Amino acid sequence: MKFSIIKESYTGSVPEITFGKNRKVSFGGEKSLPFLFFEGEHPHKPLISFEVQDSPPQDYPKELAKVYSSVWDDPVRWAKLCESFGAEAIALRLMSIHPDTTDAKAEDVADKLKKFLNEIDLPLIILGCNHTEKDAEVLPIVSDVARGFNCIIGKAQEGNYKTIAASAMAGGHSLIAMSELDVNLAKQLNILITQMGFPANKLIIDPMCSALGYGFEYTYSVMERIRIAGLIQGDPMLSSPMVADVGFYVWKTKETQAEDENSQWGSLHERGIIWEAVTACSFLLSGAELLIMRHPEAVNLVKYFIEDLISTKEK
Amino acid sequence: MALTGIEIFKLLPKTNCKKCGFPTCLAFAMKVAQGQAKIEDCPEASEEIKSKLRDAATPPIIEVQFGTDSMKLKIGGQNVLFRHEKKFLNPTVLALEVADDDSEIETRIDEVLNSSIERVGETLRIEAIYLKNRSADISKYRDALERILKKAPQIPLILGVSSSDIAIDSLSILKGHRPILHGATAENIEEMAKVAAKFNVPLVVSAKGVEAVIPLTEKAKALGVGDLIINAEPKSIGELLRDNTFIARGALKKQIRSVGYPIITFAWGKDDFYETIVSTVGILKYSSILVLKRTLPWKNLALFTIRQNIYSDPQVPMQVKQGIYRVGEPDDKSPFIVTTNFALTYFLVKGEIENSKIPVWLGIMDCDGLSVLTAWAAGKFSASKIAQFVKESGIEEKLNHRELIIPGYVAMLKASIEDKLSGWKVVIGTKEASGIPAFLRNYVRSKNDR
Ligand code: B12
Ligand code: SF4
Repeated sequence: MKFSIIKESYTGSVPEITFGKNRKVSFGGEKSLPFLFFEGEHPHKPLISFEVQDSPPQDYPKELAKVYSSVWDDPVRWAKLCESFGAEAIALRLMSIHPDTTDAKAEDVADKLKKFLNEIDLPLIILGCNHTEKDAEVLPIVSDVARGFNCIIGKAQEGNYKTIAASAMAGGHSLIAMSELDVNLAKQLNILITQMGFPANKLIIDPMCSALGYGFEYTYSVMERIRIAGLIQGDPMLSSPMVADVGFYVWKTKETQAEDENSQWGSLHERGIIWEAVTACSFLLSGAELLIMRHPEAVNLVKYFIEDLISTKEK
Repeated sequence: MALTGIEIFKLLPKTNCKKCGFPTCLAFAMKVAQGQAKIEDCPEASEEIKSKLRDAATPPIIEVQFGTDSMKLKIGGQNVLFRHEKKFLNPTVLALEVADDDSEIETRIDEVLNSSIERVGETLRIEAIYLKNRSADISKYRDALERILKKAPQIPLILGVSSSDIAIDSLSILKGHRPILHGATAENIEEMAKVAAKFNVPLVVSAKGVEAVIPLTEKAKALGVGDLIINAEPKSIGELLRDNTFIARGALKKQIRSVGYPIITFAWGKDDFYETIVSTVGILKYSSILVLKRTLPWKNLALFTIRQNIYSDPQVPMQVKQGIYRVGEPDDKSPFIVTTNFALTYFLVKGEIENSKIPVWLGIMDCDGLSVLTAWAAGKFSASKIAQFVKESGIEEKLNHRELIIPGYVAMLKASIEDKLSGWKVVIGTKEASGIPAFLRNYVRSKNDR
């Protein structure tokens, strides 16, 4: 019997997002499920951004400290180090504003950001601290400071999307909308945000990430369901590109922190890197186009993985 | 796909001769469709309908069993492409490749035997050995096989040989084993299929690309081998994803029988990191057996975890029973901790309590298997429910103190639990379980000082 390739037919497509001012990058734009090049166009590779925090992180485990502790009291130097690792974009997380840490004021953050924007010309994602009220207070100011820099702002959630989406729109930025591991909630939030007049083609879904071994399968399946709904069923409110905030969740797990001795878990160094890389590659396969990562070696692995996949594109 | 009663009826003689014990052919057909009667009971049924029914009863991807009496492994049998549709069946089997001319075969066997790791109440391990005939020498192969049998007589085996002589030689000495025979290609398919049929063992057919594999599965089937496994020889991750997608889609969406078999994947990679990534893709995307070049603890841990995650049931979180559990040998002075019955939460917390070496009463509350914060957000781990649980659990009789430790993530419940549980004091634990050993040591010390 002759085997005819069984192709899926698609009715939707993922909008393409370009961000950055002088240096720009794009992701999204595909017309089939992840990396199935034989049945739909994939104009861009997934994009990996390096996470930088605006104040010295309090919870980076040893393996990350080895890489970043010499630069982490200065976000500009930190970002430059990432650039030297080959970063194509930076995700600046404003942890200093969290009420449980230093509770920094919006004005202080605005000043830091101005300096950052002056010195770093990589495309920029600006993230709050995931505290609903504090983000609603700070992110509008941040959006305004970065006006004209064509950034991605995040994350708007059910409890604070109004102010954040309005200011991202005014500042001309793209926006990450985060919901909690539920297809319907993701759709609902996109509907609410677009009803405010926010352009659908500048929205990014964060279906909520998790780490290998800690809720991983929920994120994996929600992403698959969102991609299927957007591309095969053609639901425009579920076709936005997706982000996986991988590093944030992975480097909290015990597997990235427990020392080598007495464990059947093997070397901590490799274990931490593979934990981040496996989580990231899996979420690319389930539908993410944008990753936020921490360890440079994990990033290299994921990049190699992407190139290896792309190598079949032409055949 | 199963036939309906009407479809079966159409193929029966429609004479209503009653030899089957039913008044009419239609009545009989309905019973057959429901699985309450067998087609063999009708002496007049044609070969056509018998084979159609047999076909319909075969799952779109067949299930294959191999291994030994004490370690039986099942692969294949999947019926969905995406895990949210239905739980993925038969987790990917992980095997280690061992070459017959490897001077340290025993070390490699030990790697497999010592690979097991406990995670969330399950013992996870490398389950099988793929013995490769790298030497191309029949006596070397026999020798290696005997060394494996001596050291690990029960380990499930996959025989990687390309000559039917070596296959026969090995299969003749394997008693109590149902190994997989790997090595059939376009060149030797006839001999290899005959050997597999004779010894009744599963056979892997290998060719580059799905299209080239199909004539081989068809030929092997015609030669009487039903238990087949496909190796489409991908050489890049892109090919692996594409080939496996074609095979799984062909079998599940188009019911193409000649690809309705489990897939074996040989991992590769420039280093252990990349071999782990390749293996990840195999586990996520339909490989039923994954043969690794090398095992290492950190690599095993990552692969075991992803396999466990992906093969979990999307409808029901793994959970443990509500109740008071003893960790160590607690007495009436020991600390009392409460958390939810999500299996992951329970095992992480229990593991850390064990690490602390401090005996503890662990109260596990039924929260439908949700994690601490998820259960809290869903109203299942609320102050009043915790208070009720404590009262009804009988823990008060076991303790001479009234202190309850709650997870740090629900610190906000402290006051209202104390309101509802008179006489009790609530102590707030750390957020992450990894903080439990230090927390418990401090807690016990400060209690003794009081
Ligand atoms: C997977 C997940 C789900 C899964 C459920 C999985 C499950 N079985 O619980 C699903 C998709 C169903 C889900 C649903 C919801 N979720 Co949810 N979910 C998660 C997620 C990603 C991971 C949870 C997990 O598995 N954690 C792992 C377990 C092991 O953690 P744990 O139980 O807390 O245990 C740890 C510690 O607490 C500690 N510990 C436990 N006990 C004890 C005891 C002591 C004494 C000590 C010291 C320590 C300790 O040890 C463990 C390891 O460190 C988290 C976010 C995240 N990444 O953490 C959100 C999260 C918990 N979910 C959240 C929400 C809001 C919900 C929903 C209400 C969303 C919605 N609107 O639908 C629903 C509610 C469910 C329902 N039935 O109504 C929120 C909770 C918000 C908040 N701050 O309260 C979170 C935090 C997401 C967020 N916003 O950041 N969720
Ligand atoms: S034995 Fe066969 S032909 Fe006769 S009544 Fe039963 S089904 Fe019909």
